[in-house]
Amino acid sequence: MRILIPTPLRPYAAKQDAVEVPAKTVGEALSGLTSQYSDLRRHLYTDDGKLRAFVNVYLNDEDIRYLQKENTPVRDGDTLSIVPSIAGGGCRCLGGCCCCPR
Amino acid sequence: MAQFEDMLTIRQSELDALRRHGEETYPYECCGVMLGRTEGEERVVEAVLRAGNTRVDSPHNRYHIDPRELVRIQRESRERGLDIVGFYHSHPDHPARWSQTDLAEAHWIGCSYVITGVEQGRAAVTNSFLLEGTGEEDKRFVDEPIRVLAAEAAY
Repeated sequence: MRILIPTPLRPYAAKQDAVEVPAKTVGEALSGLTSQYSDLRRHLYTDDGKLRAFVNVYLNDEDIRYLQKENTPVRDGDTLSIVPSIAGGGCRCLGGCCCCPR
Repeated sequence: MAQFEDMLTIRQSELDALRRHGEETYPYECCGVMLGRTEGEERVVEAVLRAGNTRVDSPHNRYHIDPRELVRIQRESRERGLDIVGFYHSHPDHPARWSQTDLAEAHWIGCSYVITGVEQGRAAVTNSFLLEGTGEEDKRFVDEPIRVLAAEAAY
């Protein structure tokens, strides 16, 4: 199956935007990816081996959290997308508060 | 430290589009994705895509892009031969500076985060910040200049 690598993780995957791995489950695919590119591991997983909370993994168009997580079965033509979350926002002050640098 | 050549290059038309987005969603935050190419330390924006803000609980000072939308954008950008090179959002009635929330929730190291301050419904200052570092432990925002090209400029 194909795993799409997001821009920030490509330096740790030989600069590739996609990697092909043989796998029967999402877990096997991610394990195959991190075996091949070990530097990716710390970016995807916490020290106790859990996927980092901000790392979204989608099998085709579905969040694996709402499937069978890492036990979700995969097929050859499937695409796994790794997408770190995008969020943030300002506060309501005019600068100079505890959370605004200037 | 950011190198001298760290820079975001964008056409006037794309810059106008993302600033206009912030005016349209005022007093709520807007957000979107910038597609393009990375050339050395320079991110060259080819297209600006609007995204929906899922933070309906606090849209005036928080934004969040639906991951499903990001998955689609990432897939489409690859098909177009482009990369996600950054993101933009607005700060309604708040300076165009990153907040601690922005840093805590930024995870795309090597990408540009563009912020437009929107004052009373009018886009004011637009700044860009490069997310640097090697991981969550040492990530940081650094100011980066925005090089604006004429609206019709070809890269």
